[in-house]
Order: sequence, then C-alpha cells, then structure tokens
Amino acid sequence: MFGNLSRQDWVMFLGFSAVVLLAPILFQPIGAAYPAILEKFCIFGLFAIGFNILFGLTGYLSFGHAAFLGIGSYAAVWSFKLFTMNVIPAIALSIIFAGIFALIIGFISLRRSGIYFSILTLAFAQMSYNMAYSVLTPLTNGETGLQLTLKDPRIVDAMFITPGTGLPRTTLFGLEISGGGLGGFYFTAAALIIGFYISMRIFRSPFGLMLKAIKSNQNRMRYTGFNTRPYLMAAFVISGIYAGLAGSLMAAVDPLAGPERMQWTASGEVVLMTILGGVGTLIGPVIGAAIIKYFENIFSGFNETALNSVFNFLPDTLREPIVKLLSLFVGEGWSLTLGLVFMAIVIFLPGGIMEGVRLIASLFKKGGNGNKPAVSGHAQPAE
Amino acid sequence: MTSTTKSNIVLDVSGVNKSFGGLRALTNVNLQVEEGKVHAIIGPNGAGKSTLLNVCIGRIRPDNGHVVFNGETLDRHQPHEINQLGVSRVFQTPEIFADLNLLENVMIPAFAKRDGAFTFNAIRAVSAEKELREEAEEILHDVGLYERRNHLAGSLSRGDKRRLELGMCLIQKPKLLLLDEPTAGMARHDTNMTIELLKRIKARGMTKVIIEHDMHVVFSLADKISVLAQGTVIAEGLPEEVRGNPRVKEAYLGEAHG
Repeated sequence: MFGNLSRQDWVMFLGFSAVVLLAPILFQPIGAAYPAILEKFCIFGLFAIGFNILFGLTGYLSFGHAAFLGIGSYAAVWSFKLFTMNVIPAIALSIIFAGIFALIIGFISLRRSGIYFSILTLAFAQMSYNMAYSVLTPLTNGETGLQLTLKDPRIVDAMFITPGTGLPRTTLFGLEISGGGLGGFYFTAAALIIGFYISMRIFRSPFGLMLKAIKSNQNRMRYTGFNTRPYLMAAFVISGIYAGLAGSLMAAVDPLAGPERMQWTASGEVVLMTILGGVGTLIGPVIGAAIIKYFENIFSGFNETALNSVFNFLPDTLREPIVKLLSLFVGEGWSLTLGLVFMAIVIFLPGGIMEGVRLIASLFKKGGNGNKPAVSGHAQPAE
Repeated sequence: MTSTTKSNIVLDVSGVNKSFGGLRALTNVNLQVEEGKVHAIIGPNGAGKSTLLNVCIGRIRPDNGHVVFNGETLDRHQPHEINQLGVSRVFQTPEIFADLNLLENVMIPAFAKRDGAFTFNAIRAVSAEKELREEAEEILHDVGLYERRNHLAGSLSRGDKRRLELGMCLIQKPKLLLLDEPTAGMARHDTNMTIELLKRIKARGMTKVIIEHDMHVVFSLADKISVLAQGTVIAEGLPEEVRGNPRVKEAYLGEAHG
C-alpha cells in the first residue's frame, strides 16, 4: 500500500510533514509561531487541499464550499454539547453531515458545468447562510452563534467525569485541544498531514487521472466510455468532506460556530488561497492558505511604530515619507497588499506560487546540466 | 465477387432522418456495415457524413429510424454506453487530452476498457499499472509517437494529434471504429503511414467506417463505398463499381477530379 508512491513523492511528503511539525520553530522569525495562528494555517490548508481536489483536478469551480465548513462546525459543536468534549466523535459527525450535504448539493449542482455550476453552489451556500441566520435558529442559535454552556447535557462525559466549575475544554482522550496550547496545534497538524497524504494518493491514482482528464476534455471522456457524473460526484463529496473536517477542527480548537463561517466571502477566500498557491498542485493550496491567513492575522498587526523601528537607520527626512507611504500597505491596509500580490500572481504566474517555484527550480537545473528539455516536468504539474 | 461469402452485419442504420430546424441533414439513410470490412463514406461537403457518424455514437438522436449495433438498438444509449459496447471514434477535429502527456492520453481509454464506465480506484497508483502502460507504449509505437510519450498532447501538430487519437481508439480494441477524415491535415508521408497502419489493423479484423476526402486513401483501404449527397445515399458498392457510377461522378468525383 505504501509502495505505490514514487521516491520523489515520499521526499515531498516527508519534507511537508517536517515543515508542518517544526512550524512552531520555523515560523518564529516571521512572528507566526504561536498556536492560534498555526492552527489557522493547518485548518485552512486542509480546507484548500480539499477544495483543490474538486477545482484543481476537475476544473469545476465551487463558490459554495464554505457551506460545508459551517456545517462541519455546527455538527462538531453539537457533538460537544450533546455527547462529549472528545474531538473524535465531533469529527466523525462533521464528516458524515458534510458528506450528506455534499451529496445533495453536488447531485443538483453537477447537472450543470462552468459558470452555471458555480452559481448553483453559490446559491446553496447563501441559502445555508441565511437559514442558519433565521429559520434554523433553534439549531444554530442565529446571529450569536452556537456556543457551549454549563447546562449542556454532554451525556457521555456526564457518565464518567464530574463536571468542573468552568466550561470544559475539548480533548483528545485527555490531551487538551482547545485553550490555545500546542496540543491543539499538533492535533490540527496531524489532520493536515493525513489530509495531504490522502490528497497525494488521489492525485497519483487512476481516479485522479480521470478527474484531470475530465478537466482537460470532458467530451472525449464520454466518447471514451466514461460516465463522468459519478467521477465528479465523488470529487465533490470528497472535497466537501475535507471542508467539513476543517470546520470541525475550527470548532475543536475554539468550540463555537457562527453563520458567518458559511458566508460567500469565506467561499471566495478558499478560491483565492488555491489560485494564489497554485491550482492543481499538491502543496500550492496549503501555501496559499498560509499566506492569506498570515496577511490577515500578522501583517494586519504592523503599524507605524513597527515601520519606524524597521527604518530606524534612515535619517528622519527620508524615513517619514517612506513610513507614511508604506503604512498604506500594512496594518489595516493589509487587504490592499494582498490584492496587489494576488493580481501580480494571476497576471504573471497563472500557475500560482508553485509555478514560480518551478520556474526558479528549472533555472537552477539549466545552470547545472545544460539545456535538457523539461518535458516530463511540464507533464506533471503536481510536482 | 467477394460478396457471396456469408457475413455478419455489425452496424445497421435503417431509415434514419434528421433535421436541424428547416435543414434536412439526413433523409432516409440506410447503411449496412459488414464485420471485418472497411466501409468508406464519401460525398461532397455538407452531405451529412459527420452527422451520420454523430448519430452512430449517440451525439445526435435521429428524428426517426434506428441504429443497431451488434443486435443492440442504440436509440436510448448514452455516448459512454455506446463506447462500452465497442464503438470508438476518431473525430474530425482531434479530441484529445491536451493537458496530459501522450502516455496518459492512451492509458485513459485503456482504463475505460478494463474498469468500465465508473470505478472509484483511488488506492492504487497509476504508476503501478504496468500492464496498461506497456499496452499504451506498444500502441504509441504503432502510431509512431513513442519517442514523445512524455510530451504534452497539446504540443503536437494537428496530424500527430490525429494519430494520437487513433491510438487512443485502437487501445480499446473496438468492435467498430469510426474514422472521420483520419488523414486530413497530414503531410503525404504521414498519410501513407496512416494508411499502412489502418491496413495492419484491418488484418486484425476490426470493422471500420471511414469518412474521407482523399480518394487515394479511400481506394487503398475500402472494401465497400457508400456515396452520400444531400443527406441520402445515392450509390453503394465495391470501389470499382462506385468509381464507374455516373451519378457519383456527377455528384462528387466529377468535382474532385476536375
């Protein structure tokens, strides 16, 4: 079972795992080494990996994947409220619910392709969002969001543990997940690594090849004897389950769920992450997710004082205008910078950051062993 | 006369009509293709040749009439079901997987042949499918593209794309192969190579329907020729019979030979 991946893939997988697990040390210099942000990297990385299985492999652009994220969160919080603070049942419940919803939404949306498919998924997500806000209030607690309370039954926990005074924390058989410790980070990191491994296996499998072929030429697939609908359904449900899993992890590290998690901006964000990192590549979506979350959380914290200290070495007359100019792009202006970066990438590197990495790598290779045509490298964009 | 030998009808098109709006594309078309034979369909542009092939593969539903393949009526079949019954087609504009390499292009139809219309095979790796890969490499040798097996299919010339598509059909070992101008856009050398290739497949007993403008190709391959003009079959017979038919000369050959 493990022998089916090439050596190159194993190197990539081990390298990826090492970077993820060592993140609390590696990300120290850029100020992103505390658990709360690292958990976000992992959770949204997982969300983007799953989204990429649909969008990257089949080319079907869903604008409603946040719906599954929200459903996963609600299901997980309900599991914490009703049964136990253990995260395993919560994750299982999220996967089941996200899977069922993906089946229903996919069944209807996949009757169309292209922009019509995108609009159908967007409509479903907005419907879920509005329903979570209004009619489903008994299930979702509306605008306030679903939270833990001391009155929750927690049937399973009540049988074994005498409740403490405060709200309980989510656990993995005793290991604390919520509460901002490294336990939560390593739990989400493990989920990300497993999710990455499964995605890699799908990319290299005949199933993955068929999805790429559907993206390339769906007509040819039909006249070649393939029923493309079940392939698309399978990809849609798998990516929905990834989103549900990401949603349940969000609830696991911070046990609450609100409707804004399902809003179209959240669906759009995962599209940006995937495109920024590299559509159809294995690692790209994770990088894209990390960059966007980094901008949102760290870059937005930069203010003029921070800039002043960076440019301390300059004389005052030069420093002030530079700081004034740059302060437009940091702090609250982070979205402006992100927007410019995104535009630059889409225009100059349509393959995302991973295309940039490949270009640089091929430059080095050319320097090393003359001008060998890079044919096989192009044929396997996933590397 | 070879027609005295007993033969099976593989493809039976009977009384097919098809109109697009007010335009009658096919009028009461009948066509019987015998097993193991190469049946050429010729005719001037707009005669309905491609429409006829589209009806055969389920791309277009006839207004009335039937297409029967190996005893099975194809009226209600989806394109992929028709392929799974054993019908493959080379299109007039090559339909290939431009973003994938040549080897993958040829392996994909082999998966369809082996695993059927849908199999959720996400456990094995494509690289572990040694048998299918060897089969695909053999086919790429046959169509003369083996050296470029790792190139992207989209980078090929039009003639090479056509040969790739032919390879994609051949690997499925179809019972019936439909070829829509397989040599259009090819240089003379490549055309001859394709003719040789098609002759070799003929020796393997694959039934073929071929639409072709190049009379050199038609007369070097065809066992039987149907002439289509304005949506109806105006003549049918052995190559030498068709060549001598005055109506055909008027409708088609006259034009071609000036």
